Amino acid sequence: MRRGGPVLGRWLVRAPPVLWLGVFFLVPFAITVKISLSTPVTAQPPYRPVLDWSAGIAGWRAFFEGLELTNYAMLAADSLYWEATLSSLAYAAGATAILVLIGTPMALAMARASARTQPLLVALVVVPFWTSFLIRVYAWIAILKPEGLLNAALLKFGLLVQPLEILNTPLAVMIGLTYAYLPFLVLPLYAVMSRLDTALPEAAADLGASRSRIFFSITLPLAMPGLVAGALLCFIPMVGEFIIPDLLGGSETLMLGRMLWIEFFSNRDWPIASAVAVLLLILVVGPVVIFRGAEEQREEALR
Amino acid sequence: MTAFNRIALTAGLGFLYAPILVLIVYSFNDSRLVTVWGGFSTRWYGVLFGDGPLLASALVSLKVATLAAAIAVALGTLAALALDRHGRFTGRSVFTGLLYAPMVMPEVITGLSLLLLFVGLDVERGIPTIVIAHATFGTGFVAVVVGARLKGFDRSLEEAAADLGASPARVFLTVTLPLIAPSLAAGFLLAFTLSLDDLVIASFVSGPGATTLPMRLYSQVRLGVNPEINAASTLLIGAVSLVVLAASWLGARRGTTETV
Repeated sequence: MRRGGPVLGRWLVRAPPVLWLGVFFLVPFAITVKISLSTPVTAQPPYRPVLDWSAGIAGWRAFFEGLELTNYAMLAADSLYWEATLSSLAYAAGATAILVLIGTPMALAMARASARTQPLLVALVVVPFWTSFLIRVYAWIAILKPEGLLNAALLKFGLLVQPLEILNTPLAVMIGLTYAYLPFLVLPLYAVMSRLDTALPEAAADLGASRSRIFFSITLPLAMPGLVAGALLCFIPMVGEFIIPDLLGGSETLMLGRMLWIEFFSNRDWPIASAVAVLLLILVVGPVVIFRGAEEQREEALR
Repeated sequence: MTAFNRIALTAGLGFLYAPILVLIVYSFNDSRLVTVWGGFSTRWYGVLFGDGPLLASALVSLKVATLAAAIAVALGTLAALALDRHGRFTGRSVFTGLLYAPMVMPEVITGLSLLLLFVGLDVERGIPTIVIAHATFGTGFVAVVVGARLKGFDRSLEEAAADLGASPARVFLTVTLPLIAPSLAAGFLLAFTLSLDDLVIASFVSGPGATTLPMRLYSQVRLGVNPEINAASTLLIGAVSLVVLAASWLGARRGTTETV
């Protein structure tokens, strides 16, 4: 096959994924932005204005005149949303930092294991990665609740006099985030670390560099695309996380993903939910662009 | 491996597996309480298999996951071929953006915006809309898995076939496809599992009569710890372990599961 093949053939290969993702990923965002500028009403659909196609230009004009920034003004005036924005970012950043600290030594150890045990170690990290997210978060409820296993164990060994309140606190959310996303950091990082050329660290060791010096001045810089991709693969979804704050954080946890869910499902206020979605989108768009770059670099590194 | 490596790995894997083991052990607990061991019993599995609505939702999930994974494999393979073979074409950065963004996008955004699309188009919500949603985010993952395989690929076979007069379509079907087939299977399994796992997006785009397994489990989990859920979880974890074994067997020739 000639590089790329004939123009028509190339077009046939590219068009289906582009069309699909354009219609079901890009267009929906445009609609969300539009609805975030609408007014909620009790009707079907529950927002105004709705574009009247039959009215021609007049319909379009009425449609655009009906759009307002009221929902954003409401978000900006509500201190709850400011706090939720800041705390979503803080939870995601904090958990990502902990993940880097726990996950980097793990990935390094996996990459340094013998060639025979590496596939086993990868499988051991992949099983939790593929196991239902909901179930893995649910598992922590039984451990963290006041009469749960952690308290029972600590009380039994006399380390505590009365049970700790962990479930429904920020600590439980942090534990949940760290736990649920650990494989997402370790796997991409391992993929890069396992393919690094071993000649450089060996040369450095021959020249008398310490282990930590080799790690910080050779291994880590070379593995950076994997670390950045892995960290963003955790950070971005964590900013909008719903399941973890909902199950482990209790009713007082302020995270945007959970507030969007409540506005949509409990308050049935679609325009406000859309405005929250747009706010979330603005928060993650920068990291998503960096992620795409890191992912391309990582692919280069894996070549 | 140094002692430090060993400790990091043991602690990390211990952290990953402790909650899962707790879940499995307590699924065999006769008592309804999580902290009280009431003796070994399989009664919760009996309860589980008598739970009609839960089994019905499992069937919905399997249907959705099969269809969504099939679509994701078709689209993801085409996308991986385009990225691997078409060089630096115009619009490549938009293309990779479209492909990678759904993988990391917070699920509440994807779910809400897809729902608004379906409402705007006046599409009736149910199994088909969940399938579309899951195929959309599965595509990127399949593209990554298949792309990894295409990179470690010997092009000389394709060139030989082309030199012998095979058309591009024929080269693809008789040479390329059989060679990348294991990664297609691994990609299918990944997209299938991701679909089976999704709660948030399905909750937005589903309609009456289309309750998936995670939606069903979530409604029960909200009420607290429940041994029947532990039993269901244990079965799911067992199934996933089998799938991972199958996938690592399929991807034994390096480069397919490692980058997942």
